[in-house]
Amino acid sequence: MFGLFETGFAGLGGWPSPILMIAIGVVLLYLGIAKKMEPLLLVPIGFGVVLVNLPLGGLMDPGESAGVIYRIFFHGLTWEIIPVFIFLGLGAMQDFGPLIANPKTLLLGAGAQFGVYFAFFSALAIGNLIPGVVTIGVNEAAAIGIIGGADGPTTIYLTNRLAPHFIGATAVAAYTYMALVPIIQPPIIKLLTTKKERAIYMKPQLRNVSRTEKLVFPVIASLIIILLVPKSAPLIGMFMFGNLLVISGVTDRLADTAANAFMNVLTILLGISVGAIMTAENFLKLESLMVFALGVVAFSASTAFGILLAKLMNLVSKEKINPMIGAAGVSAVPMAARVVQRMGQEANPRNFLLMHAMGPNIAGVIGTATAAGIFLGMLG
Amino acid sequence: MAQEIVEVPITGKLISIEVKVGDAVQEGDVICFIESMKMENPILVPVAGTITEIQVSVGEVVETGNVIAVIE
Repeated sequence: MFGLFETGFAGLGGWPSPILMIAIGVVLLYLGIAKKMEPLLLVPIGFGVVLVNLPLGGLMDPGESAGVIYRIFFHGLTWEIIPVFIFLGLGAMQDFGPLIANPKTLLLGAGAQFGVYFAFFSALAIGNLIPGVVTIGVNEAAAIGIIGGADGPTTIYLTNRLAPHFIGATAVAAYTYMALVPIIQPPIIKLLTTKKERAIYMKPQLRNVSRTEKLVFPVIASLIIILLVPKSAPLIGMFMFGNLLVISGVTDRLADTAANAFMNVLTILLGISVGAIMTAENFLKLESLMVFALGVVAFSASTAFGILLAKLMNLVSKEKINPMIGAAGVSAVPMAARVVQRMGQEANPRNFLLMHAMGPNIAGVIGTATAAGIFLGMLG
Repeated sequence: MAQEIVEVPITGKLISIEVKVGDAVQEGDVICFIESMKMENPILVPVAGTITEIQVSVGEVVETGNVIAVIE
């Protein structure tokens, strides 16, 4: 009967409760599988959570006889390989055409990043109001703020550098809110725009962008951004490199792998590692609740600032843009653009805003990575 | 009779056509679906009327500006 002492049942009780975490893992799996919310991420994360919280599994044990998931976590996340290479894949999946055709949209991507800073200061303020309960220093506030960028890899990258103890909460918050974009954004959009503004028609024909422009853009953009914000080099550099692989026309094999097989491998590893950090001890703390609550603030603020900037631009330019595309500055690609497209058609059946929204959407990815670089420069 | 020409707003593949010539349509009805950027994008009727022409076929790769249908 001595084998029974090795079973996991003995370890299930007490607080922080593994059973609760396993339940959370199951909820994530449900959201991903049954509700089809961001399944490529929530399913691996959910499974990782369940797996790592089954007692005595040893998957996350450090040291000599390290658990297999610990190795992935340590080398992949702590050494930042995974988020950085995911940006390589993301770059290979992007088309910068809409952004180059309408450079004003770069501003909208930047505008949405104000939400990140708004959340940063809000988090700091709240941390100061209740100092005994949770510790929110500048590093933690930055990690919470970047959730507003709605960019999973960037959130993980920054949190890992500045506030690694938060990484479970911020990663899950970021990906959950990304999946909830179609629910969170529409009310904010309706609140900040009039029916007439939502119906503003934008002609579908964006000017054709030449291959030369698409070649030159990544190189020049990387140079400028990395010179201005050196700490953004890993993310921005990889993003632009991925795009170059596609546009150059001579590296199609690499581009295809980067966008497909490579991305899928990394997504699997990322999902499991993030899920695996969420052991009961790490996750069931007041700080996690704080992260989730402030994460919504960050997200909503980014959406709001994007829209407000678009409305501001309409005041000064004679060619009106539909202010909803500002909401696509939140870098959940292409979810935010899809939301704008759908609401655009609802407000005006003639309108087809998808490509117009893709410009700010991609600019948002660049903007969030740059914002992360700025935080790292100040605090890292 | 006023004529409304519905054009393709985004380059992609026409995956289905939901109306036929002669159909009476309302504003907001779906004319067709174009697949682009891994999404199925519905193209909507801009004004109520009758479909008098359809100039695209299922499976065709269409470009921005191509005529989809004419409504009167």
